[in-house]
Amino acid sequence: MSDTAAQGTGRRAWYEPDAKLKRRHAADRRLRAYGVAAILFALAMLMTLVGTILVTAAPAVTQTMVTLEVEVPEGAVNPSDPRGGSYQKILNESVARLFPEVDTPRELRELRQLFSNGGQYALRDKVVADTSLIGRTFDITFPLSDIGDQLHKGVIGRDLPSDQRRVSDEQIGWYDRLVEQGRISAPLNWGLIFNADSRFPELAGLWGALVGSFYALLICFLVSFPVGIAAAVYLEEFAPKNRFTDLIEVNINNLAAVPSIVFGLLGLAVFLNFFGMPRSAPIVGGLVLSLMTLPTIIIATRAALKAVPPSIREAAIGVGASRMQTVGHHVLPLAMPGILTGTIIGLAQALGETAPLLLIGMNAFITAAPDSMFNPSTALPTQIYIWADSPERGFTSRTSAAIIVLLGFLVCMNAIAIYMRKRFERRWS
Amino acid sequence: MTTLDTTEASGMIMNKTAEEAGALAKAVSTAKAGHETKIAASKVSVFYGDKQALFDVSIDIPARQVMAFIGPSGCGKSTFLRCINRMNDTIDNCSVKGTIEIDGANIYDPKIDPVLLRARVGMVFQKPNPFPKSIYDNIAYGPRIHGVAKAGSAMDEIVERSLQRAALWNEVKDRLDQPGTGLSGGQQQRLCIARAIAVNPDIILMDEPCSALDPIATAKVEELIDELRAQYTIVIVTHSMQQAARVSQKAAFFHLGNLIEVDETDKMFTNPSDQRTQDYITGRFG
Repeated sequence: MSDTAAQGTGRRAWYEPDAKLKRRHAADRRLRAYGVAAILFALAMLMTLVGTILVTAAPAVTQTMVTLEVEVPEGAVNPSDPRGGSYQKILNESVARLFPEVDTPRELRELRQLFSNGGQYALRDKVVADTSLIGRTFDITFPLSDIGDQLHKGVIGRDLPSDQRRVSDEQIGWYDRLVEQGRISAPLNWGLIFNADSRFPELAGLWGALVGSFYALLICFLVSFPVGIAAAVYLEEFAPKNRFTDLIEVNINNLAAVPSIVFGLLGLAVFLNFFGMPRSAPIVGGLVLSLMTLPTIIIATRAALKAVPPSIREAAIGVGASRMQTVGHHVLPLAMPGILTGTIIGLAQALGETAPLLLIGMNAFITAAPDSMFNPSTALPTQIYIWADSPERGFTSRTSAAIIVLLGFLVCMNAIAIYMRKRFERRWS
Repeated sequence: MTTLDTTEASGMIMNKTAEEAGALAKAVSTAKAGHETKIAASKVSVFYGDKQALFDVSIDIPARQVMAFIGPSGCGKSTFLRCINRMNDTIDNCSVKGTIEIDGANIYDPKIDPVLLRARVGMVFQKPNPFPKSIYDNIAYGPRIHGVAKAGSAMDEIVERSLQRAALWNEVKDRLDQPGTGLSGGQQQRLCIARAIAVNPDIILMDEPCSALDPIATAKVEELIDELRAQYTIVIVTHSMQQAARVSQKAAFFHLGNLIEVDETDKMFTNPSDQRTQDYITGRFG
């Protein structure tokens, strides 16, 4: 009744929205739509990125292996020095026995191209481990070469005309015979993790890079964690507030924004040229990375120290604790979760950092994992860089697989950071 | 040469007047209440940077009594309280002039270590601030860092005695290993009092200890203050006139950084000698 009366007189009831209110709500809805659209776009990009990497990396999950029957004649290997045997010749002979009709040198060379160069070392290692095998015939399993591997995985198309593919028709025929004889298998590619780098994709692995990255991060942590905490505690709890400390603070914040390649140049000039430290070594890599991680840790630690309520400091000082005791017994333990989170995030950044490592030579081609942090080595991101640069087909999928390994480590480290933050977060009144 | 002489002379005169005034105040207070002076402040001025927060405050605080500091917000009473255990040292741009003597020793003398001073002058803060540790560790922390007792039965004894004096023992004796932050607000504040007592101080400073507590918890803390008076000299800052009237024997009224009036609490609340005190107490400002 009153409604109609209000409408009748042309006046709106108080609860009826006017045009302005409608516009305000429309603006709200638009903003929300923009937000959702932005997130969906970002998610789509991420999925595309990760999806592409996963699809590219899929072939590297398995490695095509061949099982051959080899006979190691008594005279071919000296039992007292089994390393010196001519294993390539033994392998060639057993291959020739499998394909007796192949006799021209050109054909023989093509036939051998199907098998990995690593076969002789697999055979050698087997004989060295068990010298009683000399004079006997036994089976040995080793990788097919890159072209065999690609053929097995269908990366090299058989339908292409033979002058456009890297495998000849004969090679395809020999490969098919090997398949018929049940000599081809494709187990999980553990070599990708546990082998060191190699020129041959079927033999190349990440072990050297993993060990190198581990040493570099260890150095980085050992240097930047104590130094960073000490610097942050001093600046936050002890330093007088004056122009000099302001200057230091501004510079630390600027350091966090310095491009990483500049740190690489610094490392090259200072650690390698001035101090004469070994080139390509994880210790130098770790030191350079710690320069980069320091500002992150200092900033995170200062934020964590600031977040500790002043009432805790007052309480400690009030019962007669010295400033050092106040910091050591109360403030630092309460700030530790934040500090550790910042540290892990800083280390995760360092793990993925490439540019400074390139400058100090950690992108060298090194076929053995480093024994210590003073030996030349690569790191995960530089290994990816090297592989991405290599022309062989097999490296395409291995590069992506290496990226996944790197991403896996990063995700793990961030997960640990989140877990620690949740687990050790303390509440105080 | 002449200038130097004059300065020295005038300094001596000033010192002398201050001494005389102190002695006089001492004599008066001793005569009146039968308590010797515990804390004697003379011409204390406090600066935060260029801003002066406290102007020439001179006051004698008698031993084993409760002295209440009252006054409107920002009048400097907390600032002065924090001078007594040199808590203001921790504020960067804060400087203190004048002398505060505890049992005749000037606490701003360079010889005095603030760490030792704070063991003798305990403090309870406005908001209960137990350490995020167990109840036991909250009490044991002070004695441990001062080397009063190591772990074991000696420490257990200190913890029990402190909690008993703070009238908290019966409520927490079965859960000493639980966090002090899990107690109720009033219990937390009594825990903080127990923590202050544990290092065996002479003086306990309380900065609005009940402002974050409900009336029941406040009543308990006030009761506790009254009991503690037998052994400790207590200085309490409070915004509540009723609380000052209930717990204190003497009261000091601060206004705009000046100490206006010090007197027996009863007298101040019934017959203040300064008009500003009168106005504040009757609620005309503040």
